[in-house]
Amino acid sequence: MSSSNASPAQAQGPAQAIPPTPPFTPARRLSLRSTAGGVRKAIYFAILAGCVVIFTYPFLWAVSASFKPRPEVFDNALIPHNWHPSNYLDVFRGVAATAYKAPFASWLWNSLWIGVLAAVTVTISSALVAFGFAYFRFPLRNFFFGCVLATMMLPGVVTLVPTYLLWNKIHFTGPGTFLFLSKNQYPLWAPNLFGSAFYIFLLRQFFLGIPRELFEASRMDGDNYWTMFWRIAAPLARPAMIVTFVFEFKASWTELQKAIIYLRADQTFTIPRGLKVLLDLYGPSAGGQGDYQVIIAGTVLATLPMIIIFFLGQRYFVEGIATQGRKG
Amino acid sequence: MATATATAPGPRVRARRWFSGFGDRDTWAAFAFLSPWLFGFVVFTSGPMIASLIISFTDYSIIQTTHNVGLENYRAAYHDPQVRTALRNTFVYTLMSVPAHVIVALWLASLLARVGRAAGFFRTVFYLPVMSPGVATGILYLLIFNGSYGLLNEALRWFHITGPFWTTDPLWVKPGLALMISVWGVGASVVIFLAALKGVPQHLYEAAAMDGAGKWRQFRDVTLPMISPAIFFVVIINTIAGLQTFDQVYTAFFNASTPYGTSASLMYAIYIFQEAFTLFKFGYASALAWVLFAIIGVITAIQIVASRRFVYYEGQR
Repeated sequence: MSSSNASPAQAQGPAQAIPPTPPFTPARRLSLRSTAGGVRKAIYFAILAGCVVIFTYPFLWAVSASFKPRPEVFDNALIPHNWHPSNYLDVFRGVAATAYKAPFASWLWNSLWIGVLAAVTVTISSALVAFGFAYFRFPLRNFFFGCVLATMMLPGVVTLVPTYLLWNKIHFTGPGTFLFLSKNQYPLWAPNLFGSAFYIFLLRQFFLGIPRELFEASRMDGDNYWTMFWRIAAPLARPAMIVTFVFEFKASWTELQKAIIYLRADQTFTIPRGLKVLLDLYGPSAGGQGDYQVIIAGTVLATLPMIIIFFLGQRYFVEGIATQGRKG
Repeated sequence: MATATATAPGPRVRARRWFSGFGDRDTWAAFAFLSPWLFGFVVFTSGPMIASLIISFTDYSIIQTTHNVGLENYRAAYHDPQVRTALRNTFVYTLMSVPAHVIVALWLASLLARVGRAAGFFRTVFYLPVMSPGVATGILYLLIFNGSYGLLNEALRWFHITGPFWTTDPLWVKPGLALMISVWGVGASVVIFLAALKGVPQHLYEAAAMDGAGKWRQFRDVTLPMISPAIFFVVIINTIAGLQTFDQVYTAFFNASTPYGTSASLMYAIYIFQEAFTLFKFGYASALAWVLFAIIGVITAIQIVASRRFVYYEGQR
């Protein structure tokens, strides 16, 4: 307060000392500063544009290389000299010299339905649990919520072995189906039926922001707890639930560890697991012929859905990340 | 979060015993809503943790009969040269990737904070690599960082720099991985820092400028303290992630003919994974996992203690 009062007085000081200039000085200063600001802003934009090139170039390089014939993959030209779109067909039908034909379409399909199932189940279950934490007052609530927060910090590798043994014990690591779905794919999505710590935390924050009067009013109208959740809380929390859905779909689509542990037959593979097979099959380090154009085409096909879902749900990704950071 | 839960029960409620609410109808409804998580917590988290600890004291491996071996697994881990290699690689990688990640994220975020409405577009672009599946990033790393015909060394050649053999030279494997995984994937942290930067009140800068602080002093004495909670969060999260690095490195260096990768690329989480699921040494792998858990716990605790000196939380003096 005192500083803002003092500043006009200080500004007038030099202006009074040099009488002829006052009408011009502020204007000249202003224009000078704004051009300097403009130049500075232009520099910022130039630096950022350079960074944009660096950050997107690996993608552009991959898309470009996926259209090149085999000898030209590493020529690093942005526009292919010879277009060779049949690389994408080779992803599905295999390279002529290789006996193994990768069921790439099955991998895409598996990743898609497992991802959707994982995302839907985790969204619903986490929302239920989050509502329980947000709405009710019950004994040991803080203790249980502390447990939720603690599991966020737990390194996944600690539970990897016992979880595998558990699935193995109930015979979900071998062949066979259960409720029309392949048994050994269950470990990739079924744990999501029981909520996930980060999403519970995220959704609880959101539910806490809903005015309690809304729930009291709906209770007066004869809602029970379930309809209160389903008719009031869940629709209002739609943005947070979409955040949960897109985050989990991404997490499921990119999951590698579980896919290696649980998926045995190549028909049941997901995209990351399959892509690793392609790399090991065609890459020379593992005895392949070095058909990198096919590996890269597969990489592009695996990454493209993520780029699309990001552009569709961009707002929600940014929202989810910012919420995560705010609670640090 | 702490404030919300702390304000809820009034003084009268707090005086009640912790178990006194168990008779209420509300309580049963609450536990009904919590039941999926309660089940999952027991079956997929706390149960496996206890099981893992018990298994770590045995030589359990589906194939043979199990014996109690006491601390033998931990002793073996201490003398295992692969464990030392893996730990050294993992620490070096984490020590390189976390500072690089934080500095680049902070630098990009403060650039974005100055370009007004265009920031949204740039933020989107910087976030894109985060969407790339780990396997895809691992493959791109292998190709772009290739010493003889990779894109990176080609670009360096324009500047008359002879790039190293990133993927094979032991000295350059981890810097390359840190660049590809941690620095390229900086987008999420840029979003976090940008949100934090926007939250710094403008009048603080005005006051600092009034006191004669230059740009650098303003950054050091206003910006850094004000966004220190965000920095702390990003450091913690990325340290934990760095110590568990798996997908990209596994993709690039590990296959059936190289189950332990190369001595420069063997990461600790991958070593645990290979011991468990290619050799089925479940007891040993569980012990290794608990060692990692302890290491992460100690490092996080050190960071939390250190943060008390450096992190400034508003409304708390």
